[in-house]
Amino acid sequence: MPSTTSSTTPLKRGLRASRRQSLADPAFRWFLTLTGLSVLLVLAWMIVSTTSQAWPVFEKEGFNLFFSSEWNPGNARDGTIQGTYGGFQFLYGTIVSAALAMAFALPLAIGIALYLTQLAPKRIARPLTYAVDLLAAVPSIIYGLWGSLFVVPMLLPFMNWMSQKLGPWLPMFEGPVRVRNLFVTSLVLGIMVLPITSAVIREVFAQVPRDERLAGFGLGATRWEVMRHVVVARSKAGIIGGSMLGLGRALGETIAVLLIIGGNPRSEFRLFNTSQTVASQIAAAFKEASPEYIRALVALGVALFLVTIIVNVIARLVVSRLGHVTGDAAL
Amino acid sequence: MSLHSSLEMHIATRQQEPVSPDTRDFVFQIDGVSVFYGGFRAVRDITMDIVPQRITALIGPSGCGKTTVLRCLNRMNDLIETARVEGRISYHGEDLYDKQVDPVEVRRRIGMVFQKPNPFPKSIYDNVAFGPKIIGMKDDLDELVERSLQNAALWDEVKDRLKDSAMSLSGGQQQRLCIARCLAVSPDVILMDEPCSALDPIATGRIEDLMQTLKDQYTIVIVTHNMQQAARVSDMTAFLTAEIHEEQDRRTGILVEYDRTEQIFTNPTDERTENYVTGRFG
Repeated sequence: MPSTTSSTTPLKRGLRASRRQSLADPAFRWFLTLTGLSVLLVLAWMIVSTTSQAWPVFEKEGFNLFFSSEWNPGNARDGTIQGTYGGFQFLYGTIVSAALAMAFALPLAIGIALYLTQLAPKRIARPLTYAVDLLAAVPSIIYGLWGSLFVVPMLLPFMNWMSQKLGPWLPMFEGPVRVRNLFVTSLVLGIMVLPITSAVIREVFAQVPRDERLAGFGLGATRWEVMRHVVVARSKAGIIGGSMLGLGRALGETIAVLLIIGGNPRSEFRLFNTSQTVASQIAAAFKEASPEYIRALVALGVALFLVTIIVNVIARLVVSRLGHVTGDAAL
Repeated sequence: MSLHSSLEMHIATRQQEPVSPDTRDFVFQIDGVSVFYGGFRAVRDITMDIVPQRITALIGPSGCGKTTVLRCLNRMNDLIETARVEGRISYHGEDLYDKQVDPVEVRRRIGMVFQKPNPFPKSIYDNVAFGPKIIGMKDDLDELVERSLQNAALWDEVKDRLKDSAMSLSGGQQQRLCIARCLAVSPDVILMDEPCSALDPIATGRIEDLMQTLKDQYTIVIVTHNMQQAARVSDMTAFLTAEIHEEQDRRTGILVEYDRTEQIFTNPTDERTENYVTGRFG
C-alpha cells in the first residue's frame, strides 16, 4: 500500500503549482519590474521638469545659450525673460577643466593600474588598492578645502615660474597668475577622478589572460614590452571607458571647483586665470537668484546634462568599435 | 600489453635512428637541479643532458614536475615571485642562471609553446610579427611572416586572410600560429608544454608532423602526458615521477630514467618506468 501512494501522489503534487508559488512568484516579478521601471520614471521626470522650467530661456536665447558669452541676469517675476543668458564661458570652463583633469589623471591612472595588476606583490597591492579606492570616498568638500588652503599656496611659486618661462611663448601660460585658477582646479579634479578611472582600468588589465602575458614573455618581451604591447594594447576600450567615467565626474563636480576656480569666467584659454564651470556657477548664484535667474540656471544645468549625454554616447560608440576589433566584450 | 605493443610499433615505424648523445655537444646540461616554490620543493635532483636537433620528451604522471623542469629551461619560473632554482643548468656550456645572464635574452633564443593555444587578440599577421617588432626587426617583415607561417605549415590556410583576427582560427590552427609566432624570432630551442592537450586527434597529428620537420633546425623539448605521443615523436625520453609526502600532501618530482625513447618504451631499466609505460601505473 505505501508503495502506490508514494508513486502517484508526489508526482501529481509536483506538477501542480502550489498556492504559495502561484501568488508569490508573479507578485515578486511585478515588484522587480516596477523597481526597474522606476529608474526610467525618475529620469523622465527629471528631464521633463527641468526642461519645462527652463523652456522660456531656451525660447529666448536659442543657440546663444551655448555659443554666446553675454550673461546679464534679469529680475522679472512674471515668468518673462528680461536678461541675457549666453552660457558659453561656463560650458567652456566646464569642458576645459574636465579635459585637463583627465589629462592629469589618465597617465597616473594607467600607471597605478599597471603597477597594481602587473608589478606589485600581493601584500602591497591589496592595501594600495584600498587606499586608491579610499580617495573616492573622501567628500568633495574636503578636496575643495584642501585644494584652496594647501595646494594653491604650495603651487603658487611653481605657477609663477611656469608663467614667466613659458608665458612669452605660449599664450596659455600667460600671466597674471591668479591665486585661484583653472590649472589648480584641474589638478584637484584630476585627483578626484583618479580612483574611478584607475579602478575601471585596473579591472580591465586584470582580465588580460595570464597565458597571453606569458606568451609575450616567452617571445622575449621585457616586462615593459609585455605591459605596453600585450596588456595595454588589448585594453584600449577599457581605458577609454574608464576615462569617460572620470570625465563624467569631472564635468559635474561642483563644490570643490567652486572653492578653487575663482568664479570670474573668461573665454580665452589661460591656465592661470580664474574661470567658472556650469556647476559652480549654478551653486554660486542659486541662493540669491531671482525666479527668472533660476530659470536660466536650470537651463544651464540642462545644457550640462546634454554635454554629459554627448560624452557618454561618444564613449559608448568608441568602446563598442574597439571592442569589435580586439574581440573584447564592450564595457 | 596491447598498449605496449602498439608503442613498439610506433617506434619501429620511425625512420630516423637517434644519434648517440655523447657524440654531440649538448644544448642543455641540467645538473642536480631542484626547484622551490616558497618553502615547497617541486622537483629535486634532476640531472639530464639535452641533445641538439632532437626531440626530447618529458613524461610522467601529473604533478611530477615536468612543466616545472621545462620552465626552468627558459627562465619562465623567474616570473613567479617565490620560485627558486638550485643546481646548475647550462645552455651551450654557459650557466643559464648566472647573474650576468638576462632572462629576456634567454627567452628570445629559447621559445615556448603553451598548453592552451594563446594567440594575442590581434590579426594573424600581427601575431607572427609581434616578436620581430619587439626586437626591432622592421625590414622584410612580410617575408619573415610568410616564412614563419610556412615553416609552421599554416601559410596555405591563412595566406588570404592575414588581416583577420587570430581568434577566428580553429584551435589547431591557433596552436600552429603560436608555433609560427615562436619561429619568427629565430629561436634555437623550442619548448612545448603539452602543446596538443587541447586539440583533437587530427590537429594533434598535424602538430606532430610539424615537429618532425622542425627538428632539422631546432632543438625541441616537449612535455606530454600522452605516452603514445612521446613514443611517436621523440628521440629521447625522460620519465619523471612524484614522491608523495604523506604528512604534507605534497609532491616532489624526481627523474626516474632518461634514455633513448626506444629504450624507455621497450626495455626500461627501472621498474617504475616499466609500470608507467605499460599502463600498470596507478
